[in-house]
Amino acid sequence: MAEPILRTQELTRRFGGLVAVSKVSLELRVGEVHAVIGPNGAGKSTLTNLLSGDLPPSSGSVQLEGRDIAGLKSDRISRLGVGRSYQKTNIFLPFTVFENCRLAAQSRAPRPWRVFGNALGFADINRQAEAAMEAAGLAHRRDRVAATLSHGEQRQLEIAMCLATQPRLLLLDEPLAGMGPHESHRMVELIRKLSEGHAIMLIEHDMDAVFAVAHRLTVMVNGEVIESGTPEAVRNSPAVQLAYLGGEDNLHG
Amino acid sequence: MAPARTRQFALLACALLLAAFPLVGGTFYVQLVVKVMILAIFAMSLDLLIGFTGLVSFGHAAYFGLAGYALALLGPKYEAASLWWSLPAAMAVCALFAFLTGLLVLRTRGIFFIMVTLAFAQMLFFVFHDTKLGGGSDGIYIYNKPELKLGDFALANLDKTEHFYWLVLVLMVAVYLLLARVLGSTFGRALVGIKVNEHRMQALGFPVFRYKLASYVLAGALGGLSGYLAAVQFGFVNPEILSWHQSGAVMMMVILGGMGTLYGPVLGAFAFVLLQEAFSNQAWFGAWAKHWQLAMGLFIILVAMYLPQGLAGLLQKFGRKDEAAQAEEEHG
Repeated sequence: MAEPILRTQELTRRFGGLVAVSKVSLELRVGEVHAVIGPNGAGKSTLTNLLSGDLPPSSGSVQLEGRDIAGLKSDRISRLGVGRSYQKTNIFLPFTVFENCRLAAQSRAPRPWRVFGNALGFADINRQAEAAMEAAGLAHRRDRVAATLSHGEQRQLEIAMCLATQPRLLLLDEPLAGMGPHESHRMVELIRKLSEGHAIMLIEHDMDAVFAVAHRLTVMVNGEVIESGTPEAVRNSPAVQLAYLGGEDNLHG
Repeated sequence: MAPARTRQFALLACALLLAAFPLVGGTFYVQLVVKVMILAIFAMSLDLLIGFTGLVSFGHAAYFGLAGYALALLGPKYEAASLWWSLPAAMAVCALFAFLTGLLVLRTRGIFFIMVTLAFAQMLFFVFHDTKLGGGSDGIYIYNKPELKLGDFALANLDKTEHFYWLVLVLMVAVYLLLARVLGSTFGRALVGIKVNEHRMQALGFPVFRYKLASYVLAGALGGLSGYLAAVQFGFVNPEILSWHQSGAVMMMVILGGMGTLYGPVLGAFAFVLLQEAFSNQAWFGAWAKHWQLAMGLFIILVAMYLPQGLAGLLQKFGRKDEAAQAEEEHG
């Protein structure tokens, strides 16, 4: 099996007395979709925030290709090759789709401090932005203002912006939230395609989608990992069945 | 005609009209327009923060006043200072002040940012008001206007109203073009990105703090340019130019004219000063002229209610109507 690109050890985050993420250890590999599931409040989004640098961990380590990135700011972590999408759509609403992606690509420009010279005159940045729109299936919406896109398209744009930063690791926080069945299907296909060149951590409530694309599953409850393994192993785990018994989510759905 | 082209022509026409004005206008009005153009530079510099970086600074008078004091204190007392070094020096002092205070104030957000920028400006106000450094509350006279010489040849005599007028006009146009250029660059795009969604910019890998600091320093230096010119025009400085009224007035110019456009603040400066002249005109408003702030306040409220994009928004509305009419013509 390939070396993990990212590895956490005993990663913990406390908010006062509440332990939102407790001693979570997991590994993410290129070519693999690692889904993290669990009921609301299990600490999945907090875990994502710890990995992306939106929140510093209370203790534990995060190693990105052998380098400790725990506590680094989100812009540093992003430039090290980690892209994340947000559960609540987080885009530049007044900008066009292209400008959203162009700005994302610009963050990787070798000379970010160019104060003169037209922003649109950088062929590399433009190409990267176009490629990201193409990959996320938004090329036909290039010149639309982001605020006028449908919800599903805004979710796609969220992914396109991630891709424009050319990450090797993608942290996707509920990319299917609020999507209709047709849009969900397209997004699942996109995630499957992206998994070939990227390591992906997928947080998702839609179990059909999770079991359709995930290579590995980690189940969290109350901030702790109660099970981790292949989808088959997790499906048959007594601990998981107990945790979900009577819950809304149905693992066999 | 493309809207960008139309705008360029309109701006060029305005600049030419302004350039010709001293040839026909009386001294009083020429000096009034100089004052307006200086405030227009001041308002554009603040708009870089409010309209393009999303930083609502309520302490921008600090730079306006600091540059004036820099000219008064750094220049020789009984001779004319050379503009070549005194202007860059005054702007550098402002840039330095912006850099040092920016390191602190840019760590705050929203209402706290507004209050902390105000606090720093007020500190500067009291430094000059309560110490002998700058002549206390009386201020200092600047007896000689700076010289603008190339070798022994005088490029302009700033004692002459129209020479000073043209210098200020050239600098106002230069600031406009500089900011237009900066805002069209990748740096400028990043600033607007920060204004729209700072959190996402950080997540995309932009070192947001450094971008904001650079914007803050540039705005401070350009604010200093306007303050330097104001000190030259009036020939003296006192703490009033640092007061929060001044910060409030320039903010009103930006809002009145329309933030997030560069020509908006220029329009705002013209509207603000002309309205102030009109509302305080005793022949028109009689006893009410003393209370011109009341009329100005009501006017600003009306603009905020009905023209949230300011006067620039009004122009854009007309522009769009024209385009729509033209499109219809072409299709019809």
